[in-house]
Amino acid sequence: MNFKHTKLDRILLASSNLLLCLSVLLVIVPLFYVVVASFMDPTELLSKGITFDRSAWTFEGYKLILSNEAMIRGFANAVYYSVGFTIITVVISIFAGYSLSVNGLVGKNLFMTLFIITMFFNGGLIPTYLVVKDLGMLNTVWAIMVPGAVNVWNIILTRTFFKGIPKELNEAANVDGASDRHVFFKIVLPLSKPIIFVIALYAFVAQWNSYFDAMIYLDDAKLKPLQLVLRSILIQNQADPGMISDQLAMAELKRLSEMIKYSSIVISSLPLILMYPFFQKYFEKGVMAGSLK
Amino acid sequence: MQGRMDYIFKNYFLYLLLAPALILTLLFKYLPMYGAIIAFKDFNPMKGILGSEWAGLKHFTRFLSSPNFEIIFMSTLKLSLYGLILGFPVPIILALMINQLRRNAIKKNIQLILYAPNFISVVVIVGMIFIFLSPAGPINIILTNITGKPLMFLTDPEYFRSVYIISGIWQGAGWASIIYVAALASVDPELHNAATIDGANIVQRIRHIDLSTIKPVMAIVFILGAGSIMAIGFEKAFLMQTAMNLPTSEIIPTYVYKQGLQAGDYAYSTAVGLFNSVINVIMLVAVNFIVKKLNEGEGLY
Repeated sequence: MNFKHTKLDRILLASSNLLLCLSVLLVIVPLFYVVVASFMDPTELLSKGITFDRSAWTFEGYKLILSNEAMIRGFANAVYYSVGFTIITVVISIFAGYSLSVNGLVGKNLFMTLFIITMFFNGGLIPTYLVVKDLGMLNTVWAIMVPGAVNVWNIILTRTFFKGIPKELNEAANVDGASDRHVFFKIVLPLSKPIIFVIALYAFVAQWNSYFDAMIYLDDAKLKPLQLVLRSILIQNQADPGMISDQLAMAELKRLSEMIKYSSIVISSLPLILMYPFFQKYFEKGVMAGSLK
Repeated sequence: MQGRMDYIFKNYFLYLLLAPALILTLLFKYLPMYGAIIAFKDFNPMKGILGSEWAGLKHFTRFLSSPNFEIIFMSTLKLSLYGLILGFPVPIILALMINQLRRNAIKKNIQLILYAPNFISVVVIVGMIFIFLSPAGPINIILTNITGKPLMFLTDPEYFRSVYIISGIWQGAGWASIIYVAALASVDPELHNAATIDGANIVQRIRHIDLSTIKPVMAIVFILGAGSIMAIGFEKAFLMQTAMNLPTSEIIPTYVYKQGLQAGDYAYSTAVGLFNSVINVIMLVAVNFIVKKLNEGEGLY
């Protein structure tokens, strides 16, 4: 801006920037603390606080967590569930979104109403649980991947995206005698990469971070995803007995379970940290597309 | 009618594409809505939904007359209402401040940092709360140095709401500001320049240009927030519960979970959940009506 600010303006601008800097620090410091603490011995952490003295750092926490069977199995399960859930969600959302974006689709309003009602009203925990149970899905991966795969926001998002594709493309193809199927797979789908990416990122993160469905639908310890393993480490304070040899004294046990708290947080966040650069690019687009239309 | 059937027949492929979403929605959303009638029955899993005896409003009166009702109901309402009131302005203020930044690179980086907590899982957030606020944690070490005694954030019911809401703002405010930042980006810079020439100071410009631009977005966010006051999530409250903080941390969703899946009282639990859903729908309609009145006819629908 080329105009002179008044004194009041400048003071307000400066305090606004200061406040913004404080907010950034407020976000960074706790995250930073966890990362640094993951390299420290808990006893020392407790007595001296975090230090940047590298000689005091240890990788013991990471060694423990990476040699822990429950954690590794949880990680593998989480990858499996998240990838599976993402594929199912993307396919369903793209298919439904495209179908509902077609002009003149008979029954469109009825279908949209059916979907939108579910955003504001649902049958509740127990009736949903009973349906999953009656379908024989308890204790199977399907209970995790299927019931939540229809997300109305995703359908609205994809529908909005497809409406933005120039009609001329479809019409030209239709004149040439191409079938709906041909138009969808050969013309529309290749143009849909950005929206596929947005939905996939949303779905992956949501599934990676969730614990609730796994908690109520899965009993078998072998099926538990990462977040449930984290829950027992971080919140219930139950380090897996197999992780730490039971010959150890209580104090040592406590020390080690403190230690793995930090490293488990870091390890569990790795996939999201790796994906983070894409978030800025695609998420914002997704949020905006969904909210403005 | 014939024309419609012809259309459907001719465009069967489009309906094929819609089928998976429709079938899953009927199965996992509408079938449970039908199943919710067990709230009015003495549900016996052996007899099934239809075979079980009708029980009228028994389960509802049991909940409404139970000594816990008022505590749980008020806990739910307060946690949600305070969260909305305290959490609503923060993203707006953040967006206004971000909007003042002139250099794009700085803007992008700050946004990237402020969004980050949104991608941390509930389990990890609550884990971090436990680490930071435990009696021997870093916050209490600082507090002890200043006041001489630690605060029992995690067990004292008095602190549950503050911890829940503040950590929620820490996690969500940055992400929630996106929508406002984007709306503000649509403001023509010339408008600000012209106003500056006319002698408007920064407060006036923010009030008359920025805030009036994002007013419709604010209205929608507020309606959605207020409309889901009773739809507060289960996941975080459940993880943050300790035996000691139950007087404030037991909310309807956690109560439904415990009565239903832990105690196995399916019908009663469903009744409590249904009661909650109905209040929520009434709330959404009412709030939308009020905002529409205040906002010159602009509501959610």
